[in-house]
Amino acid sequence: MTMQDGLFYFFAALTLICGALIILNRNPVNSAMFLVLAIASMAGLFVLLNAFFLAAVQVLVYAGAVMVLFLFVIMLLDLKEEDRRKFNLFGIITGVVSVASIAYISFSAIHSGQGDLPQTPNGDAGTTILLGQRLFTDYLLPFEILSVLLLVAMVGVVLLSKRELK
Amino acid sequence: MNISLEQYLMVSGALFSLGLLGVIMRRNLLVIYMCLELMLNAANLALVAMSRYNANLDGQIMVFFIITVAAAEVAVGLALIVALYRKRQTAHVEDLASLKS
Repeated sequence: MTMQDGLFYFFAALTLICGALIILNRNPVNSAMFLVLAIASMAGLFVLLNAFFLAAVQVLVYAGAVMVLFLFVIMLLDLKEEDRRKFNLFGIITGVVSVASIAYISFSAIHSGQGDLPQTPNGDAGTTILLGQRLFTDYLLPFEILSVLLLVAMVGVVLLSKRELK
Repeated sequence: MNISLEQYLMVSGALFSLGLLGVIMRRNLLVIYMCLELMLNAANLALVAMSRYNANLDGQIMVFFIITVAAAEVAVGLALIVALYRKRQTAHVEDLASLKS
């Protein structure tokens, strides 16, 4: 087993464990902290896939900006631990059954294509230079639309949180 | 032994299922939102793995767009949650069931 394989198993296990802990924790602050850890380990997986720029963006945008926003709102709302209420047995059963069936469908779909899926990585796609060239030639229009979207979102958020809603 | 694409897709599928389970089981609006982010990240992982194994950069560009849109979506969604909390003083989904008679 090479070091890359070991790193893959380490990061994959860390991501999945943190994902499970997000759900299991009753305190929203702890959930947010485990989400930070899950996102950081997913950036590790991106590095293993040679997507260095995306790994950096993942850490900057998700672990930096988005999680700060989450923690800020948690503190603003002063959320306590989720109080235990009586369980809705029907809801839990239907939820678990639907999630299990969706997981089964996706896993069997991945497994049935085993022979067709490439076993080894191809080429050296993923360098930041190539990504930037594609982004500013073939994908220039979506890129500009995205900047307008960010502006619209910003104006909307300011309006939403400023005015008293009637 | 190399890691195959199948293993990355398995991790992505498991993560997506975990996120969906969280969305269905949890009762706190903010935690539901975090689980949504987890599902988006699982899709991102699948796209990056596909782009790496097929030597095609389009998947990575898609992920770049998804991350940006997710950031905008989080900002708007959290503003909505704050507005809702100001009006109702709760972030518990079972207290927000006024459409249910």
